[in-house]
Formats: sequence, C-alpha cells, structure tokens
Amino acid sequence: MILSQIGYYSLIFVLAISILILFFCFKQLKFLNKNYYSNLINLNFLQFLLVVISFFSLIFSFLNSQFINKTVYENSHTTKPFFYKLSGTWGNHEGSLLLWILVLIIFCLLFLFTSQKKEKKYLTLTLLFQQIIILGFLIFTLVTSNPFDIIFPIPNEGLGLNPILQDPALAVHPPILYIGYVGCSIIFSSSLAALISQNINGNWASHIKKWAIISWIFLTVGIMLGSIWAYYELGWGGFWFWDPVENVSLMPWLTLTALIHSLAVIEKKSQLKGWVIILSISTFVLSVAGTFLVRSGILNSIHTFANDPQRGIFILIFLFLLIFLSLVIFFKFHKQDLNINKITLTNDLSILINNWFMMYFLSVVLIGTIYPIFLEVINDTKISVGPPFFNKLISIFLIPFLLFMGFGASLGWLKSNFQKIYFQNVVLFFISITISSYLFLFIGDKGLFLSLIMGGSIYLFLATIRDLIKRNKQNLSQRISHFGFSLLVLSILFNSIFSEEYNFNLSVGEKFKLEKESIFFKNISMTNDKNFKKVEGVFLIKSNNNKDIILKPQLRIYNQPVIITSEADILSTLYSDNFIVMNKIDDSNMFNIRYQKKPLMIWIWISTIIIALGGTLTFFKYRK
Amino acid sequence: MSSKIKFISIFCFFVFCFFIFFQSLKESKKYTPKALMDKKIINFKMKQLDSDEIITEKDIFEINKITLLNIWSSWCLPCREEHKYLTELKMNTRLNMVGINYKDKKKNAQNFLSEFGNPYSLILVDDDGKNSINFGAYGVPETFIYNSKKKLIKKIVGPIDLKTFNEIKNILK
Repeated sequence: MILSQIGYYSLIFVLAISILILFFCFKQLKFLNKNYYSNLINLNFLQFLLVVISFFSLIFSFLNSQFINKTVYENSHTTKPFFYKLSGTWGNHEGSLLLWILVLIIFCLLFLFTSQKKEKKYLTLTLLFQQIIILGFLIFTLVTSNPFDIIFPIPNEGLGLNPILQDPALAVHPPILYIGYVGCSIIFSSSLAALISQNINGNWASHIKKWAIISWIFLTVGIMLGSIWAYYELGWGGFWFWDPVENVSLMPWLTLTALIHSLAVIEKKSQLKGWVIILSISTFVLSVAGTFLVRSGILNSIHTFANDPQRGIFILIFLFLLIFLSLVIFFKFHKQDLNINKITLTNDLSILINNWFMMYFLSVVLIGTIYPIFLEVINDTKISVGPPFFNKLISIFLIPFLLFMGFGASLGWLKSNFQKIYFQNVVLFFISITISSYLFLFIGDKGLFLSLIMGGSIYLFLATIRDLIKRNKQNLSQRISHFGFSLLVLSILFNSIFSEEYNFNLSVGEKFKLEKESIFFKNISMTNDKNFKKVEGVFLIKSNNNKDIILKPQLRIYNQPVIITSEADILSTLYSDNFIVMNKIDDSNMFNIRYQKKPLMIWIWISTIIIALGGTLTFFKYRK
Repeated sequence: MSSKIKFISIFCFFVFCFFIFFQSLKESKKYTPKALMDKKIINFKMKQLDSDEIITEKDIFEINKITLLNIWSSWCLPCREEHKYLTELKMNTRLNMVGINYKDKKKNAQNFLSEFGNPYSLILVDDDGKNSINFGAYGVPETFIYNSKKKLIKKIVGPIDLKTFNEIKNILK
C-alpha cells in the first residue's frame, strides 16, 4: 500500500518538476543574458531522485509480492524465483514505461553534466525538447498505464509472469534496448536544438557522436539479446524471423548506423548537414513508432502486450506531434549548404553510398512491416508479409553493398592512391570469387545467385581482414566493427545455406536413422521444479565418426499461468550447433522431434559482439 | 516556394499515415487460440460450493442448451465488472450457466454472491486451480462456451465486455 503510494506520488512530482523545468527553459531562452543553468541542473537532479524512488518502490513491490499493486498482481507470483520477480518489474507494459522514463531522465541529466561548456541557447533548447519527450511519456504513463494502480480486496496470489518471458536473455533485453532507444532521444533533441541555434558544425558532430555511438552499442547488443532469446527459448530453430517487433528494433539501428557514418563526414568536411538532421530525427521517431506498433496491439506478434486502444491512440498522437514538430522546425530553420564541395571519389562518397543502401534496407523493412496495416484499412484484406519478401529484396542489394563496403572503407579521406587500391581490391575480388565457386562445386550446385553473394561476402571478409592487420592505428575501431560485420554476414550465409533440418515422430526406445547419424530416444523423466513441471527426454546422437552426443530437450508445464513451453537443447561448438526440440503429440505416446544442425551459429553472436566492441572503442576514443 | 510545396506534401503524407494508423487501431486484434476449438470438454471431478456433492463433466450439461462455463473468484477485480453481463445472460432460457470458483475462500465466495447476485445454476469449487488449468485457462476471469454437443465453440480470455456480450447473445439466437 505504502510502496504504491510513494511510487505514485513521486511520479506525480516528477511530472510537476518536468513542467517547472520547461518553464525555466522558456525563461532562459527569453532572457539569454541571465543564467538559470544551476536551477535547471538542480531541478533535473531532483527529478532524477524522485523517479529513482518511484522505480525502486515498484521493484520492492515486486520483490515482496505486494499483490495490492495491480501490476504486481498481474505479472508476478510468490513462487517465482527472485531474478524473475525482479525482471517482472519491466517485463510488462506499465513497468517498462516507468523504466523508459527513468532512463530518459538519467540520460537527460548525464547530457547536462557532460556538456556544460556548450553554448547556452543550444543547451537550453536540447533540455527543452528532452523535457517535452519526458513530459509526453509521463502523461502517457499516469493516464493510461499507471504502474501503481491498487486492487481491493488484496488478492492472495498473483497471476504470474508469462513463462516465455522467463529467460535470462530476455530479462536484460528490454533495459538494454531501452537505453539504446532513449539515447536516440538525446540525438533528436540535440539536433533540433542545433538546427535552431544554427550550430551544426564539426564540433557539434563530435559532441553528438558520443551519444550516437552509445545508443548504437546498446541497440546492437539489445537486438542481439532478443535474437538469442528467440533462438534458445522459442524453439523455432532460427534467430531472426522478420517478426514485426524485430523489424521495429532494426529500423532505428539502420538509421543510426547511417547517422554515425554521416557524422564522420560533418566532422571532417561540414557537409551533409540537412541529411544528418533528418537521420537524427527519424532515428528517434522510428524508436517511438516502434513503441507504438508494439504496445498498441496494432500488429499481431509474439511480443504484443495487452491490447488497449486508448494507449495506442495516445502514443499515436504523441508520435505524430513529434513528427510535425520536427517537420516545422526543419523547414523553418534549415538552410541549404551554400558552398557544396564537389563530392569526389573518397571516403565521403563511399559513406554516401553506404547511406543509400541503409535507406534502401530501411524502406524494405518499413514497408514490409506496415504495409499489411495500410492494406487492411484501405482494402480490407489481411495479408502477412513473411521472410521470403525480406530475404529476396534484401539479398539482391546485398551483393553491391558488400562490394562497396569492402572497397569504400579502404579509400582515404582526401586523396587516395587510387590505382594501388583498385589493384588490391580487384585481386581480392577474384580470389573470393574463386573460393566461392570452389565451395559450391564441392557441395553441389546451389545457383549462381548464392555463389555471387557468397563471393561478395568472402571478398568483404578478406578486405576487412586486410584493413584490420594494417599497421597504422588510425580508425582501428571502425575496422574492428567492419570486420565483425563481414563475419556476421558470412556466418549468416553459411548458416542458412548449410543448415539441415529433420522432422520426425518417435516414441521412447525408438531410433531414427539419418544419412550420417542416428538418433536414439533413450528415455523420459518427469521432475518438479520451483515454478514448473519438467518433462525431460534423453536423446543419444551417434554419428559415423563415433562422436556421441547426448541432448536433453524439455517440455515445461508452468503453473502460474499455465503454459506449456518446449525448451530446446542445444550443443554449441565453434563449428556448428546441434539443436533438438520435442513436442508431445496429443492422444498418443509419440513425440514430434525436430533436429537441426546449424553451422557457425555461435559466430553470429560472436561477430555481433565484435561489432559492438568496435563501437565501444570509438566511444572511449571520443571521451578523451 | 519549392520548399513550401515540399513541406505541404510531406505534411499531407504524414497526416495520411496518421489516419491509417488511427483507423487500424479501432479494429480489434483479439482472437481466440484455435487449438482448443471444437475440442470436447475434459474430464473432471469437482465439489459443489454449497454441498459436498461431487460433480463430473457429464453432470453440467442440460439437453439442448448451450453451456457457459465461467471461471471467477471473489478477489478478482475484473470478475466484478463482468458480473452485470452474466446477470443479464441469466434471463436467457437457452443458456445454462456454470461457475467455477477459482482459488477462493468459501466465505468470500458466498459473500460475493450475496452482494452481487448469483447468476449460476451450478457452482463448482476449484481450490487449487488445477481444474481450471486443465481447461486451458490463463487466469480469472475466463469464459468457455460449449454447444449442446459438448464441444467448445468460444473462449473469452479476460472479462466479458459489451462486445463479447453481444457475441454471446448472437450465439444464443
């Protein structure tokens, strides 16, 4: 009771302070010669303290299972392990919004502390926009999804957290992704502020690049964690399904990636200003649009939380207010660059090309995700856009993209020794085409198209390795990220081309023979765990070279709420993953078994970590 | 001048998007899991609320009537909201309403019924929630509708609202 009230009232105070800060911001803008800066920092700090209190009172409500709180009642249960009680705090709509606000305010405070030396007008404007965003989310939370609603009489027991969400990767996935999204809000506010105060220059670019990179790192890791969860928990045997919610997290990542590259151009040459602003705005707008699509229930997806049209309409209005606000500001304050230098065949051209590709990929993902919504409204037909659409449209452009990426990154900023680079790349290209065709000759015909993609990615891989082992330390972080990316593309390709999948029914004691292996269903056992019943099957996989593997997939019957999930068992090695999942067939003693071999699976995660690592290095370089 | 045209056209584009999304929000995306549909009712044994008589799945159906199985609890807030609809459905002679009292104390359950009225012809007790789980319920309240052949024809997760209430009425027509 008391916890809920503390949480609720501190949240209201946070709202009041937010309005107060807005007031001081306007005052500061009006009287630029006066200094309200210390006031603003103090208020922000107070706001931060209050939101922390609010957040912790929700956490404690969850940890103590205080079912008087509706959010706790709906999403927790006394038998839940400590870790999932904790992650239950943000595993639901209300709590995750509170987390979002917390991160927003923390970032706002960090921004104020780290950029005190900047121009006053620019700072105040950034703060102003940031507080508008905070205010929007606060009102949304308090009006439509208050995490501190109270139920009376107090229920004895909660309804439980959805078991699919009870997974370590997923417990940390939302906070990390949120940090990424919220970081984009700083970029958004700051770029609008810089636009109004006519402050867009190399200095600003280096300043904002830190925030872009931080958000980018967290987005990358957050997307990866979601993907790991899908692979291990959902038991579908894949890591990316082009699910609308996955797409929604990918879209800001694409624009942010383009933004980071374009910021480098502004830093060095003061070009592409308008473009950078558009990217900054669209990154955050896409993040909020993502929230809208996930939270309103407008899309059917495994991630959609409880559907509540009122919530949807609120975010929709907020989203379009942001869009219209930025449109007006952009058209009012943006002036065309007067002295456009000719773009030459140097690094900035390759960055421009990179941006075009990113925009292409973005539009494919965007259209694939929201096209069904448009069609349903206009034409009243229901369609679902599946992986074939995305795979086809993206893979076609992947070939030139891979080639440009390998080639472009090796160009210098100002002048390049064109002939030498040209020669090197052509040699590398031929080497990779040869490797790729040999590979395909070896395993049999898989078509010209695949061998071209393979050739392209091998080329990129070789080119990034060549760049990586160059002596000079310049751009080391970029080279690491590019190397990681090429590794990622290569492992995804190998993974999708050489995966094997077998689907069959077995009962205990039976054997199933494959070409090179045999799978023996040894036995089955049932045990009780803390919050679920576990049915575990033991499978012995014998291969011709006498390496035996034992895999133990499970069926879990959770007790609160009752949901049956199948847990895959996966043996990961550096070369490949062996993946097995079983499902009970109704009215018989047979089980449906899905056995998969996925080559280089673990490299998908490793390469993503390498990509993020490159970003981290850049970040520390910029901190100096 | 061209900048103005650009602005207006982009503006119009976003206004258009806004209305599409707005329209789409109005259409509900709720749906019932298909897996349970057309399945026969599971076997169970439960006590009655007011007596110790044991009831099985055979006893709850009445000839030529549609059976509505409602899982409720006195501590469940949404159950109170849906109660008015259940009370109204009670008037319908083609409907046979059975309640399952989920993880509740007998006294609280009886107080609840005396306060809000008893719409059920039969109330079963499920103290540990196991039977509701077997039904495939996610929580309280939840409503299962069986046709006269004892097959599931509708499942409502969460409280009955005006829309689902009308759907039930349509089934009864």
